[in-house]
Amino acid sequence: MSTPLVEVKDLAKTFDVSAPWLNRVVEGKSRQFVHAVDGVSFAIQRGKTLALVGESGCGKSTVARLLVGLYKPTRGSVQFDGKDTHSAADRTQLRLMRRRMQMIFQDPYASLNPRWKVRDIVGEPLTEHGLVSDADELRNRVAALLLSVGLAAADVDKFPHQFSGGQRQRISIARALATQPEFLVCDEPTSALDVSVQAQVLNIMKDLQRQRGLTYLFISHNLAVVRHVADQVGVMYLGRLVELADKAELFSRPRHPYTRMLLDAIPDIHMSGRARTPVQGEVPNPLNPPSGCAFHPRCPHADARCSQERPALTAVAGISVACHAVAQGRI
Amino acid sequence: MTGNAPLLEVRHLRVEFPSRRGTLLALDDISFSIAPGEVLGVVGESGAGKSLTGSAIIGLLDPPGRIAGGEIVLAGQRIDNLPYEQMRAIRGRRIGAIFQDPLTSLNPLYTIGRQLVQTIRTHLPLSQDQARARAVKLLQETGIPAAEQRLDQYPHQFSGGMRQRVVIALALAAEPQLIVADEPTTALDVSIQAQIISLLRRLCKEHGTAVMLVTHDMGVIAETCDRVAVMYAGRIVEVGPVADVIHRPSHPYTVGLMGSIPAMDEDRERLLQIDGAMPRLNAIPSGCAFNPRCAQVLERCRSERPDLIDAGPTRAACWLVAGGQRRAA
Amino acid sequence: MNPTAGTLRRFLDGDVWHSFRSTPVAVAAAVVAVVLAFCALFAGWVAPHNPFDLATLELSDARLPPAWIAEGSSKYLLGTDDQGRDILSALMYGARISLLVGVLSVLLSVVAGVGLGLLSGFAGGKTDAFIMRVCDVMLSFPSILIALLIDGVGRAMFPNAHDTLAFAVLVFAIALPGWVQYARTVRGSTLVERNKEYVQAARVTGVSSLRIMRRHVLPNVLGPVLVLATIQVATAILTEATLSFLGVGVPPTQPSLGTLIRVGNDFLFSGEWWITIFPGLMLVLIALSVNLLGDWLRDALNPRLR
Repeated sequence: MSTPLVEVKDLAKTFDVSAPWLNRVVEGKSRQFVHAVDGVSFAIQRGKTLALVGESGCGKSTVARLLVGLYKPTRGSVQFDGKDTHSAADRTQLRLMRRRMQMIFQDPYASLNPRWKVRDIVGEPLTEHGLVSDADELRNRVAALLLSVGLAAADVDKFPHQFSGGQRQRISIARALATQPEFLVCDEPTSALDVSVQAQVLNIMKDLQRQRGLTYLFISHNLAVVRHVADQVGVMYLGRLVELADKAELFSRPRHPYTRMLLDAIPDIHMSGRARTPVQGEVPNPLNPPSGCAFHPRCPHADARCSQERPALTAVAGISVACHAVAQGRI
Repeated sequence: MTGNAPLLEVRHLRVEFPSRRGTLLALDDISFSIAPGEVLGVVGESGAGKSLTGSAIIGLLDPPGRIAGGEIVLAGQRIDNLPYEQMRAIRGRRIGAIFQDPLTSLNPLYTIGRQLVQTIRTHLPLSQDQARARAVKLLQETGIPAAEQRLDQYPHQFSGGMRQRVVIALALAAEPQLIVADEPTTALDVSIQAQIISLLRRLCKEHGTAVMLVTHDMGVIAETCDRVAVMYAGRIVEVGPVADVIHRPSHPYTVGLMGSIPAMDEDRERLLQIDGAMPRLNAIPSGCAFNPRCAQVLERCRSERPDLIDAGPTRAACWLVAGGQRRAA
Repeated sequence: MNPTAGTLRRFLDGDVWHSFRSTPVAVAAAVVAVVLAFCALFAGWVAPHNPFDLATLELSDARLPPAWIAEGSSKYLLGTDDQGRDILSALMYGARISLLVGVLSVLLSVVAGVGLGLLSGFAGGKTDAFIMRVCDVMLSFPSILIALLIDGVGRAMFPNAHDTLAFAVLVFAIALPGWVQYARTVRGSTLVERNKEYVQAARVTGVSSLRIMRRHVLPNVLGPVLVLATIQVATAILTEATLSFLGVGVPPTQPSLGTLIRVGNDFLFSGEWWITIFPGLMLVLIALSVNLLGDWLRDALNPRLR
């Protein structure tokens, strides 16, 4: 197998959420940390889509931001095309790498500067990296980008508030494509959109991937959408990866108890009427995660070992699962 | 259930928003009914007017919005033209409400016990102790453990899902006949969503309360509702039993909507997409509001607006159905 | 389409202009403010006399009452002071000084305050903490006292100072306590905007922090600043008047409204009320019209009220 385009090894990010020093002294509190991402490893092949799913607080958005450099990892490494992204030798190398990866965000209303025209918004990556020589070339490049996402060339002179949510998300995609990147990180790009608009945007994203050979990291909490776009799926829980498998395998034979519960819990228009076991409990407070396996308080198969020892992500029949019960063959 | 007089009847309701650029018609002649104990889903995309319908029924329309025509009848009594005080008595006692954000639905300054007891005693002639006992029972019914102790806790001490259970308890506190739930699970995690909708369904069956469930999530509708009404640009375009609307829709918009939802049980290369977008309130096309986007538009659709016409198991506002030609779904 | 025409058309179509037209108070206040500003700026052409040209003064015309009272004359519409200066003209010249000091000091405050607020909000950490503590300290001193202090120190250091230097010290003295509120407001807005996705998108692209602050965040945090600045012009004018009244404001050769009030105060009890009352009324008019304009602007720019 060729070198994966993106490789992540034991990635971790810890946030210091302690109270201010004075409060700690007066109230006698200790420092508090949130292990938003706690040792995540995966690889994405060129031209493929890896989806990360999980509920709120699982750390998938943090992973996305670690990958594009918005956060610095506390531990672990991110390798892009064989080179580490955070210890690049010099600034020019870093900038070149930055051009090859881009990000699309969730909120179509906050991802575009309300005071800027579309021409400046989409053109900013071009001017920042010196890819255009004058205003006319900028205009033409931006118009071409807008056409490629299904908008009109005349939209270059408009402001974001003149567009609907779905159209704004397309402008975000056009901006992300400006530097002709190879890797796109998409953080819940369709979660804020209506269902029919979501269909339009997902179709465009798939078309673009096919035409340009793009690689995607797709973050979502919506398993149906993930099923539609992903090649590989990773399930996250409280900052850890609990299962990583090919899409077909994950959806037909989920191994990890959390994955099974998640798949069972989703209300789906085509599968209603099926008997369900509702999930027990709620996602624990990330400030105080359970010991051992993070899922053990809610897991019907947990035993003593699960509460003491954190399971590692091990390969079982071609997929990776972090579960003692699965590794032992109990389930 | 059928054959009884409907609990709620909405007839030709019109809601408008006067603005300096002219009057915007947000709800244009919608009519539907809810039978006692029935769960009706109202589904639509942003701007379709589903939340407005809920607000109009509860009597909480944000000014300058106002009801410009039609009637809302609850158990035989007209409630859309009542003065404020009378509507306040009905709200809570006969209609309960559940909103989207559990964080802002509860007053952060009072314990939930106090809020529950206050609501109960406002609408039912119970003493302090009786109301408290009832509150405990309600909390237990909604699945909150250690209800007696948690009664004296504040909203911030509950998690999102727990808070929504408290909100459901509050809505049921005065034994209302109808609950209007506006996106009750949208702000919750997926696994909690499942818990809450099954709770809502179970409790309403037990108490015999009818529910009007407003949401954009068809999956939730499929799991919870008996009937569903599909809204588009301030109008109802299709209404009928849930299974029929989902699997055998007649209106082209409903067909497109169901087709654009990615399914969990099959792989498709492309999702069905409806080109264009829902028209803005100040630019609604004449005739059928969906006609610019419809693949099977007839000449008639551009000038005459269709009413809800019988289309087998469902009723659809579509001229294609009128001619007796049922669309192959 | 030429871009200025496009911007003008958008402005005239917009909610702000419409709100202005439909708020009579705002229109009245704007009219008053414009008239006053016009008179003040073009005092040399508009005023019937030049009250500071000693050659034109006639002592025999001193202490004449306003034209509508028995001994007044139509040559001096609002009367004269103890040296024969026409009050009406003095008002216009005085208003010019007042407005100049007010606007300049606010400009200075805004530039310093917005800059520091942006820096504070964006940099965070110790820089933020330091700037905010400085703000807190400044706020615990009454602004008049700070202005007095600086002005007094300035005069002591440069007793024979050139008029322009005295003027500059005065502007600085009034501006100094004023920057704090801009810094705090802008810091708050910056903290909000900094976490928005369009800023993160710029960071992913590799845009430097300075450019992000200047080109992305700054245009989005200026709204509340505009409102504050408008209202603060009135405060600055009043502060200058107070200082001049106390004798530590503008140099006496170029009296502002405050100086006129002080001068006229001595004659109040001998019955020559017009020397002090008219400058006072003028001051009130300016402050009121600017305040009302600021009030309207705050409501017009508030998206929730629209």
